[in-house]
Formats: sequence, structure tokens, C-alpha cells
Amino acid sequence: MQNDVTSLQGSAARRPTTMKVFLRRKSTVAFFLALPLIILVTALVIYPALFSMYLATLNKSMERFVGLDNFVFLFKRETFWMVVKQSCLFAVTAVLFKAAIGFMLAHFVHTIPAKGQRKWRGMLLIPWVIPPAMSTLGWFWLFDPTYSALNWIFVRIGMDPVNWLGDPFWARFSVILVNVWYGAPFFLIMYLAALKSVPEQLFEAASIDGANWWQKIWYITLPMMRNIISITVLFSLIVTFSNFDIVRILTSGGPVDQTHVFATWAFNLGIQGNDIPLGASVSLFMLPILGIAAIFILRGVNKRGNEA
Amino acid sequence: MALNMKFSRRRLLAGAASASALSLTSPFIRTAHAAGNLSIGFWDHWVPGANDSLTKLCKEWGEKEKVNVKIDYITSQGSKLQLTAVAEAQAKSGHDILQLTSWDAPNQAKNLVPMDDIVNAAIKKNGNTTDVVQYLGKVNGSWIGVPATNGSQVKGPCGRMDLLAKHAGLDVVKMYPGVNGKPDKALQDQWTWDAFLSAAEKCHKGGNPFGLGLGQTTDSVDWVGALFAAYGAVLVDAKGNITVNSDATKQVLEYMQRLVKVIPADVFAWDDASNNKYLISGQGSLIMNPPSAWAVAVRDNLKVAEQCWTFPSPKGPKGRFAPGLPYFWGTWKWSKNISAAKSLLAHLSDRDSIEKMVIGSGGYDIPGYSNLRDFKTWAEVGPPVGVSYNYPPRGEEIVSIAAAPAPVAIAQQIYAQATMTKMIAKCTQGGDSVAKAIGWASSELEGFMRT
Repeated sequence: MQNDVTSLQGSAARRPTTMKVFLRRKSTVAFFLALPLIILVTALVIYPALFSMYLATLNKSMERFVGLDNFVFLFKRETFWMVVKQSCLFAVTAVLFKAAIGFMLAHFVHTIPAKGQRKWRGMLLIPWVIPPAMSTLGWFWLFDPTYSALNWIFVRIGMDPVNWLGDPFWARFSVILVNVWYGAPFFLIMYLAALKSVPEQLFEAASIDGANWWQKIWYITLPMMRNIISITVLFSLIVTFSNFDIVRILTSGGPVDQTHVFATWAFNLGIQGNDIPLGASVSLFMLPILGIAAIFILRGVNKRGNEA
Repeated sequence: MALNMKFSRRRLLAGAASASALSLTSPFIRTAHAAGNLSIGFWDHWVPGANDSLTKLCKEWGEKEKVNVKIDYITSQGSKLQLTAVAEAQAKSGHDILQLTSWDAPNQAKNLVPMDDIVNAAIKKNGNTTDVVQYLGKVNGSWIGVPATNGSQVKGPCGRMDLLAKHAGLDVVKMYPGVNGKPDKALQDQWTWDAFLSAAEKCHKGGNPFGLGLGQTTDSVDWVGALFAAYGAVLVDAKGNITVNSDATKQVLEYMQRLVKVIPADVFAWDDASNNKYLISGQGSLIMNPPSAWAVAVRDNLKVAEQCWTFPSPKGPKGRFAPGLPYFWGTWKWSKNISAAKSLLAHLSDRDSIEKMVIGSGGYDIPGYSNLRDFKTWAEVGPPVGVSYNYPPRGEEIVSIAAAPAPVAIAQQIYAQATMTKMIAKCTQGGDSVAKAIGWASSELEGFMRT
């Protein structure tokens, strides 16, 4: 009897406690490893997002709950719809050009022998690694209303100077151009990584079958890169839609609001105009647009993942 | 006798509330007990060295009052000063004293400690405040901030004496001489917005146009605001009625249709640095700006600086309006050292302190009090000596801010959205008719009426 009790006690001591089991689980370890990031994301993303949703439901003096009245008000404003149109034009055009230029550059870099490739990769990444506020200031000097360096060249070669930031068309062109210049290297690096993962044998087989370069791109490269293209476009669309610094530094939304995007107009209304709830409502308007885009794009990615 | 004291929760709260109310409403008495720490957020001055004068004043006061003073100079570039005010108001935490831009003072009124004791005492010593300072600094009859000297400015014309004389035959020094000169009253009376347009046309013809921004930043909005005020063109009146559709507004827009033809085509994209660069480069014959442009010209292009002269704005049918931009010093209700903050603000509102700030800024700063327009700096600073003598508004000049006299909440929207310069852009560069530009503004103004 004594022996039985001792052996029972011994086995209980050897058996791990529930807490130990819990702590040893892979999912628990993963959770604790991710905890610092979860805290950061909660503090810097989730809390501000929820707070801005709360702000968007208040009246101008932030003393009264008004539900969705701020959105109803915005929908009646002509300027708001102009900003919606401009934001879409800005984001879609910029992302298309960034994707196209990034794709071409990735192919160009991919064809360079490995020895010299690093230099080219480094040089082409420069626009992306310079803080955008700083590089945009450089662009501002090129486009400066009165002392534009580009116009100086134009005049010297007999061309008329361009009113880069004062004319609505050229102002929109300028902000999109700077965004493309800044963002194309991101596409380049992502596409280059994707290109390197395409098996070389596929191209060799296609060459034996007599495929030309276009057929290789259309039937091999693009299908193999579809997922990375989708995710890159989605990511860039989100970042471009919420762009602030380029427009703010180059035009501040002018002339006559014709280069405002959601973020700059929200700042203008919320901070400079002291209507924080309305500014929060403008910035939140991006959420459903990007949410819908994300659903469609990620659904495509998942579908292709399952097929694979 | 048994002492029967029973503390209920209600009694405790009532006691605490009375104590708080007493501390907020009791008059400020400068005592030796004003000690501890004091954190301050001041505007980072454009003029090199101007911050040093202010730091010195605060440190001297801190040593005398045994208060540890910590100053942050916050730039207004990228609206950082405004952002700081909004962030501190949201967080209910931050500096004990924060410098507030023109519109932030009334906007934050409910969060600020009333400053009637400090400002009323300063008014007794320094004379009354200007109308624009009262418009922005007094809410429901109470001062919510102390008129700040550092950064407060007006944006009258700064012209090139040589070019204005050569192209337009305008002797600005005869019209508005320095301290020892005798002003030509007849010439001053002729200095109207029509004369301004005529001079602009002549200078354009001569190859040195006026550099007048029509963008969406403060320099553009301020001078256009003074033009509107001079013609009596009020977008929204003091009662909050939309009054933009008036003959006065049409008159201003038609005036601008003529003026836009003789100023650079890219003015719609100008920011607050563009007009300065235009003058300093030697191209422009006149800009509307504080003497900071001249101060930079002294450093970068002395030949231009030597020909600069600052003088009052032209006159319109409703008077001679100086585009003003006053700043304020405010203390949050949650400040931990309100007593010390008030003591320092009282010190900074002394004539001697104000004069030191004006000297430190090379005459850039304009005190908010009417009797403080006689400092030697404005008469002595140069070259040319007397360049800033006529910079502080005196006599018939009315200091105003664009969008006044609309209720502040509406006026700030008009100012921040640059409604006036956009109206001009629409009926000039945009090709719209004057009526269409006014119609557009009416619709915008309706949107600003939200509460």
C-alpha cells in the first residue's frame, strides 16, 4: 500500500502540470514571440484606427455624437467628390506606372550578369531608400514655380517653360511622376525576386518549342508571377492611396484643391481647419475602398494558391 | 465639545471643485512661491537669433523666481505648431505654456486658462490691443491667451525704392519717410488699391512685376484678405450670414482679373517662400511680407536689401487695412504650474521684455498693444536705415485678418481653405465668370457653417 502511494506520488510529480503543457505548446511560444509586435500594432494601428472611427462620429466641436452625419455631409460636398476622383486617379495611375516600370526594370536587371547586378540593384533602389520628404523637396526645386531647374533647361533649348505646380494638369502630372519615381524600385525588387524563382528550364523548354520573348513573358513569366504581382499591387495601392508627403510638399493640394488626395484634404480640414471629426471621416473613407480591393485581390491569390 | 466631522463623498467633491474654481478665478499675485518646473513650447522664429532673446528673458525670470524653465522651439513649417496644439489638447498633457497660432487660440478656448488678469494689467501699461488681437484672443468676453510678441506680424508692402521710382514714378520714401522725415500726406492719400494696380502694370511693363502670391498659404491669404477688407467685401458677416454675393466682392474679383495679368503666371503655386525669393533675386519690385525677406536679402543680396522699403498697405473704399497675423501664449487648464506660467507671461508682457523681443527679431515682431509702436529698432534698423520704420501699423491703418469679422469657427475654415484666393484663381486662371466664382464660394461657405 505504502509503495502504491509513493509510486502514485512519483508519477504525479513527473507528469507536467497544465501550465507547463500550455507553455510548451508551439502556438503559445508563437504567441509570446509575436506579442511585442501585437502590442505595437495595437498601440500604433488598431487604437488610432478605432479612435478615428470614434472621432468621425462626433460633431465639429467634438461634444456630441452625430452618428454618420459627417459622412452624409461629405457626400453632399462637391469638393469631396473631386478629392475622391483625384485620389483614385492618383493611386491607380501611379500604381500602374510603378508596376509597368518595375516590371521592365526587373527584367533589365535580371538579364545583367550576376557580377554586375548588385551595383545596378543598389542604384535603382536609391529613390526608395531616400526619405520621401527629402527627395520630394529636391523635386520641388526642379518644379519650383519661378526658378524651376527643368524650365531653365527648357528655355535654353528653345522650349516654353512649364507651369509645373500652378497648372492643374501639370500639377497632377508632377505629383504622380514623383510618386512613380519613388515607388517603382519597390516593384523592381519584388518582381526581381519573383523572376529569380521562375525555373530556368521552363524558358529553355519554351525556346526549344520556338517561343519568342513575348510568348515567354505572356505564357511563363506572367503566370508564374501572378501572385506576387497581385500582392505588390495591393500593397502599393494601399500605400499610394494614403500618400501625404508628396502632395503636401509639392502642391499642398493646389491649385484650387485640384491635387488634393484623401490624406492631404483630411489634414487640411482636420488640423488646419480645426474640424477633426470631418478630417477623420475623410481619412476613413479610404477604408471601404481599400477593403473591397483587398478582398478581390486576396481572393484571387487564395484561389490560385489552392489550385497549385 | 466633540468635533463631529463626517466626510461624505459629496462633501469631498464639492470641496475639491471649490478649490479648483478658486485657483482658476482668483487674481494672479506674483509671489515668491511661484516655483517648480515650467515647460514652454514657443514658435521657432524665422529670424536668426530671435529665439535667443526670448530664451534669455525666460531664463532671467526663472532664476529670479526659482523656477526651472525648459523651452522647446517648435517650427510652424508643415503646421507642426498647430499639430502640437491639437495633440496636446487631445492628450490633455504637454507644455505649461504653448504658443498658439492666430486661429488656435480661440479654437482651444475651452481648454485654456483665462488670462484676463495678465492681459488687462498689460493693457493698462501698454495701451489697448488691436482689433484683430481682440477678435482672436477674447472669447465670450474673456482673454483666453496673452498676445504674443514673438511671431506676431503684419504683411504690408516691401518694395524696391529704385524700381518703383523708375517704372512707376512712385517715391515711397517721400510718401512714408523714416523717423526724421516729414510724411507727404497728399501722396499717402493717393496710395490706394487703384494706384497699386497702376504701379503693378507699370512695373510689369518695365520688366520687374510685383510678386503677389495667390496660392493657399498664409502669405497669399493674408494680403488678399486685406484687399477684400479694403473694399468691404465680406464673405460671412459677424452674425454668421453668408454675404459673399455682394457688389464689393464683384469689384474685388474684377480688380483681381486686371491685376493677375501683370503679375507672374505661376503665382497660383506660390508658397510662403516664393515671394521672398522673388524679391531677393532682384526680379520683383514689390511683395507683401514682413521684413524677413529684407533680412535674408541683407545676407544674400545686399544690393537688393539696400533698395528695400517697407510701408503701409494701399487704401480702399473702406479704409487702409494691414494684413495681420497675431500669435498668442496660452496655458492649458491641466498645466501643473499655472501660477508660474502666469508669472512668466506677465513678465513677457512688460514693455522692456517686449522691446527686447522686438530688438532680437530685428523689428519683425509686432506687439499686440497700440502704445508699443515707438521702439528705436524700427527707426534704426538697416540698410537702408529706416527700412522698417513704417512696418508697425500706426495712424489710420487697421490691422485685420482675412475672413474677419465672421465668427471664428467659420472664419478659420475660410482662412484654412483659402476660399478668397481660390475664388480669384477660379475667375482668372480657371476661366470662370465672376458670378460663377461667387456661386462656388457660396456653396463652400454653406459647408463651413457646420457646428
